[in-house]
Amino acid sequence: MTHVILNGETRDLPEHSTVDSAVRAAGAPENGRGVAVALDGAVVPRGEWLTTELREGQQVEVLHAVQGGA
Amino acid sequence: MTGLEIGGRALSSRLILGTGGFRNLEVMAAAARESGAELATVAMRRVDPSARGSIVEVLTETGLEVLPNTAGCFTARDAVTTARLAREALGSDWVKLEVIGDDRTLLPDPGELLAAAEELVSDGFTVLPYTNDDPILARRLEDAGCAAVMPLGSPIGSGMGINNAYNLRLIVEAAGVPVVLDAGIGTASDAALAMESGCDAVLLASAISRAADPVAMARAMRKAVEAGFEAREAGRIPRRLHARASSPEEGLAELTQN
Repeated sequence: MTHVILNGETRDLPEHSTVDSAVRAAGAPENGRGVAVALDGAVVPRGEWLTTELREGQQVEVLHAVQGGA
Repeated sequence: MTGLEIGGRALSSRLILGTGGFRNLEVMAAAARESGAELATVAMRRVDPSARGSIVEVLTETGLEVLPNTAGCFTARDAVTTARLAREALGSDWVKLEVIGDDRTLLPDPGELLAAAEELVSDGFTVLPYTNDDPILARRLEDAGCAAVMPLGSPIGSGMGINNAYNLRLIVEAAGVPVVLDAGIGTASDAALAMESGCDAVLLASAISRAADPVAMARAMRKAVEAGFEAREAGRIPRRLHARASSPEEGLAELTQN
């Protein structure tokens, strides 16, 4: 298992899990539309979700747009 | 109303809607429609699996385009990352840049704001910074390549209107990019005053979203922004200390017998 901090919560994901699996684990829509990911504070472009493996202790933020502003 | 262009893009409405504070997406959509706005701000937050409906879909169906903001960021670094995440999620390289100094006032942190603006401009973003009503900072932001400057009238959500009309006038007078009054609007007269004072547009959320009847207030704000702009274009009369009769003084009848 790989322990990561996913949207502020400690989660155990299977070995070799990728950013793409974290997006699903966070409850984002299946196609990941409207979603962006930061891994340890750096943006992971959508094209790299399937190939970016998560390492132990990494912080994953899975974000989308919500109401907000002024 | 014509003639507003921000970042090379023509906008027919001079009202930009913030989407914070609406009790649900249905009310937001109805108010957005009534406001006539073409752009609406959104914030970037953690995915919530239990959330109902997508704000982006609702805004798009209503005919508005999404303007992501960096609300909640206290450092240039966080704001820059948030803007990049928004670009990735929404495919927009426009950003309403907010870098806040503290929670109590929600006033912009000038140093962090300017640093973030410089970095985002060099990264190809169209940057619309929420700024203090400070003419010098507004100039620095324009020099940094921002597509507009968005000074506050008063703190976010305060509904206090325009607290420093003099500074706002100095900002408007010097600006070579559109000036959008952002934050502090409480009611229609505040929005009209912003436009009469020379602002190119008004950005507001709470004044509509937290009004007792948001849809009616959205309509009022649309009219206020239009009225303020048209009054400015029409050229107001100068203020005078004493009265000036509008009826002719010649030909007045002699009605009292001496």
